[in-house]
Amino acid sequence: MRALTFKQGIYLDENKSLTSGKALQQASRPELVVIPMVQHIGTPCKPLVKKGDHVDLGQKIGDIDSFISAPIHASVSGTVKEIRTVLTPEGKLCEAVVIESDGEDHLAEGVSPKGDLEELGREEIIEIIREAGIVGMGGAMFPTHAKLSIPEGKKAEYLILNGSECEPFLTGDYRLMLERSEDIIYGLKALMKAIGAEKGIIGIEDNKADAIETMQKALTGEKDIEIKKLVTKYPQGGERMLIKAILNREVPANGLPIDVGVIVNNIATAVAVAEAIKKGMPLIERSITITGHGVNEPVNLVFRIGTPIEELLAQAGGLKADAAKVIMGGPMTGCAQADLQVAATKGTTGIVVLTENEVEEFDPQPCIRCARCVDACPEFLMPLNLANYAEHGMVESLEKYQVLSCIECGICSYVCPARRPLLHNIRIGKAEVMAKNASSSRGEINEE
Amino acid sequence: MKNKGLIVSSTPHLRDRTTNEEIMWSVVLALVPAIIAAVYFFGLQAFFVIVVSVSGSVITEFLFQKARGKKVTINDGSAVVTGILLALTLPPTSPLWMVLVGSLVAIGLGKQVFGGLGHNPFNPALVGRAFLLAAYPTPMTTWILDGKTTATPLSTINAGLMDGTASATVAEIVDFSYWDLFIGHVGGSLGETSALALLLGAVYLLYKGFIDWRIPTGMLSTVFIITFIAGRDPIAHLLAGGLILGAFFMATDMVTSPVTKRGRWIFGIGTGLIVVIIRLWGGYPEGVMYAILLMNTAVPLIDRYTRPRSLGEVA
Repeated sequence: MRALTFKQGIYLDENKSLTSGKALQQASRPELVVIPMVQHIGTPCKPLVKKGDHVDLGQKIGDIDSFISAPIHASVSGTVKEIRTVLTPEGKLCEAVVIESDGEDHLAEGVSPKGDLEELGREEIIEIIREAGIVGMGGAMFPTHAKLSIPEGKKAEYLILNGSECEPFLTGDYRLMLERSEDIIYGLKALMKAIGAEKGIIGIEDNKADAIETMQKALTGEKDIEIKKLVTKYPQGGERMLIKAILNREVPANGLPIDVGVIVNNIATAVAVAEAIKKGMPLIERSITITGHGVNEPVNLVFRIGTPIEELLAQAGGLKADAAKVIMGGPMTGCAQADLQVAATKGTTGIVVLTENEVEEFDPQPCIRCARCVDACPEFLMPLNLANYAEHGMVESLEKYQVLSCIECGICSYVCPARRPLLHNIRIGKAEVMAKNASSSRGEINEE
Repeated sequence: MKNKGLIVSSTPHLRDRTTNEEIMWSVVLALVPAIIAAVYFFGLQAFFVIVVSVSGSVITEFLFQKARGKKVTINDGSAVVTGILLALTLPPTSPLWMVLVGSLVAIGLGKQVFGGLGHNPFNPALVGRAFLLAAYPTPMTTWILDGKTTATPLSTINAGLMDGTASATVAEIVDFSYWDLFIGHVGGSLGETSALALLLGAVYLLYKGFIDWRIPTGMLSTVFIITFIAGRDPIAHLLAGGLILGAFFMATDMVTSPVTKRGRWIFGIGTGLIVVIIRLWGGYPEGVMYAILLMNTAVPLIDRYTRPRSLGEVA
């Protein structure tokens, strides 16, 4: 099987061997969970419980009547200690339900198998997924039920499961493929059925040969699902890159994968779907890789949503003395944390701890127009121009140079020999363009 | 866990190790074979030209940055590169005061007045050389080889053409062979002579990814094809004069060449075209310097019209 890929992109040091050989193990049950009401893109949930309430494991504790949103469930049984404002890993302020565990893990009513997949209809599957609070677990956290609701006039031909896990250090999806292949395929079939896709494809990078083999074995007899081997290259797991590599289709700029007949989901999402249908268990735990040269014993864990990262780090032997940066997510796209009390959420794929040596600080130098950013950008943008326009507030030029197509993969900043904060500036440029679009769509006079 | 200051910054949290300094010093390293060849063929004289040019460039950079109240960045290697490149374009008999003036103009007028590294539209070394050629034409066109005054291969070829031996090969008209041209045993500027030494360095830079192959490929193949069609000796035209030096070390200067892939093709082919026009139909035997400087002016325009189509961009 020839490995497929997209054009441009970069090869990164993988650093996956820190944890790739370590099986997923259940994290110890936290005494206290802090469950933010924002664990998805879209409308924040409202708490459905109040201080002093008793909650059961898997009980819905947050929801809102909004299409782009996903309900939130208790990951332990116990007592609601308080509702307070917290920071999410992404740095947003939101309400959170704090639950003190009673150590019982008493199951909530309604947590029971949802029936045979063969007999469930499309709408039913989507409803189960919504009620289970499932979101894109590769880190984007877009509500899965919303993604699966195919707009009028579009048809989903393919459901692609993203098993590339292209961020360095992370091995959670890899371990799931080795250990939960049956559930992944079950989840994939449910997702295919939900969107009426005839074909399922699992894309896996070629640095995970044994995962490809395991999945292949588990697929014996399945004729509608195939595995595609992908080149280990960043950002192979970006859905636009994935679709280009596997189907050679280009998702239109500012468009969605469904515009080319594709829905992409993550490996961990498929497992969550299987859990939701087979056991009726909502999304209350997920896999995570706690790793980096700044932790003592890197591990792959399955943890309860809402566990403070300090507790998770402790289960990886704690921070080393020279730990300097704690990142939630992968090192290319994850968010650096200032506070170890932040709770890990549905979108937390990993905690990567970098050491002082790995996060040397530097002053930006002049751009020497080396064009390494242009040559590597997977969206074929000109990052040096975009960053420059953003610095000077040149909104029209930003639009002309397609700033909104930036997927924020970080390659431009990574390759820059002048250490310029290209992506940082481009983000500012995107915000400027979006602000301008928003104000002009409200009919305001645009001064610029 | 003790509460220590964690670093917070925006993504990405990893950086490639390559720095501006590494790129510049790699170019210096890549020019070492050419420096050795220059000293081997032209003796200590050549060595002094290089030393004066590099010192002049670095000192000028230092003085300008001090005067402008900017951070002094002479360690970044960029002034050293300019100094070496300027020296390599000069005749070995250049008076050292002239070399010093050239380096001052290269860094001062060619680079610092535009705001320093990254902001100059023209290749600084070539600005220095262009100034010297205009100001001091005689020392700039006096060539020696093995201690004797000689002509450069290109002017010999052109002179041969005047005599009506247009279709003859170099070896037939003049007394040096392709091999002499290749290893550099001919008259010319310090670094224009040894194709072998230059190519060694070029291969290193291509391997490191610090120069783009499209520019030299476009430039050299254009010269080759057109001189061939025009009935001249294409191999001699490739090996003689400053073409190899210009194609691999000057036209590829990151600051003054296009950032897009298509743009680099256009830049390389355009430069090659101007080289041929000047060499075959112009008043100078050599045209590499003017070709690159002229194409430098077109870079902003080339970049603007060769913006890549973004993934999924709808026209």
